[in-house]
Amino acid sequence: MNYIWGILLLGGVIMAAFTGKMAESTQALLQAAKSAVELAIGLIGIMAFWLGLMRLAEEAGLVRFLTRLLRPLLRPLFPQIPDGDPALGHIVANVAANLLGLGNSATALGLKAMTELQRLNPLKNVASNAMVTFLAINTAGLTLVPATIIAVRSSAGSARPAEIIGAVFLATCVSTTVAVIAVKILEKLPAFRVPSQVTESAGGVVPDPDKPEGGSHD
Amino acid sequence: MIETFARIMLTVSDWAIPIMAGSIVLIAALRKVKIYEVFIEGAKEGFQVGVRIIPYLVAILCAIAFFRASGAMDLLSSLLKPITNLVGMPPEALPMAIVRPMSGSGALGIMSEIIKTHGPDSFLGRVASVMMGSTETTFYVLAVYFGSVGISKIRHALWAGLLADVAGLLSAVWICRWMFGG
Repeated sequence: MNYIWGILLLGGVIMAAFTGKMAESTQALLQAAKSAVELAIGLIGIMAFWLGLMRLAEEAGLVRFLTRLLRPLLRPLFPQIPDGDPALGHIVANVAANLLGLGNSATALGLKAMTELQRLNPLKNVASNAMVTFLAINTAGLTLVPATIIAVRSSAGSARPAEIIGAVFLATCVSTTVAVIAVKILEKLPAFRVPSQVTESAGGVVPDPDKPEGGSHD
Repeated sequence: MIETFARIMLTVSDWAIPIMAGSIVLIAALRKVKIYEVFIEGAKEGFQVGVRIIPYLVAILCAIAFFRASGAMDLLSSLLKPITNLVGMPPEALPMAIVRPMSGSGALGIMSEIIKTHGPDSFLGRVASVMMGSTETTFYVLAVYFGSVGISKIRHALWAGLLADVAGLLSAVWICRWMFGG
């Protein structure tokens, strides 16, 4: 993340110097800062609603039911998650919401799933295999109902605004498959290995100095 | 046929949230869960999550906005042009491919632009639509999701996400050629 952020910003500064777009770029930057906060604030209400509802679903045993129902599909994808753990149920809820094109509700459910995965994560500042697998599937964007796209096409006067549904679903199936294969291969590479063995044998302490917010939520 | 299917799916989408909410509340009530108290208990977390992601959102959205506005993204897209021409991506759709993983609203803008100039039922209009839906805003998702739980070492997440983006965007073009011709 350090490299990407650095490249984006430094590349931007150098290019702006060359193209003479310094003023516009500054404007865009400050505007983005403002809209980032608006986005987060807008998400709070939806987050609260879904977190409340998912807590109900947990207490009613629905999350466990969902987890057990989709167990055969989830076990090979997330071998590190203990069998029957509610984290799996929350992952399913997020994928389902994405399939239906539910936008911010999907984000809220996804963030809940991340909290659950962080609870199982031994190294609180390092992504676990399960997290990376979950996010790879998420960013691949498996979609059955691309509602926004259909709306834009329809308002532009398309004769068949929804004709792209099949193509979008197929394309996201391809990207999801690639995502899963990529994760399973990449996680075995030495460059991406979890540094747990090293640190544990060295000090026996989980290095978690400045991230107290962790995953335990009660 | 596909239009009927689409209409059904859109209705399912419209009904999804009320039905999910309704059935969760109903089943919880039948199981004697104190529905109101438990809902409030869960909802309390919403504020913390929303506030916790703010710094991560600001960091990533500012960097991307700056990168785009400075013209660096245009440079990147002209550098990638020979490669994308080779795999059969129409040059007009290239900005879409570059912006899609970085900015969802930016990509939506480009898609609307292409649809406006070339028409929604043109080949380019369809390609842009399918590219828009073919993948997610990887940078945003990674920043927000990892940020929400305080993870800074993301390991192979970005590479896996970008590989999925490339796969989705390329298959969008190829699937459009195969389905709609052009």
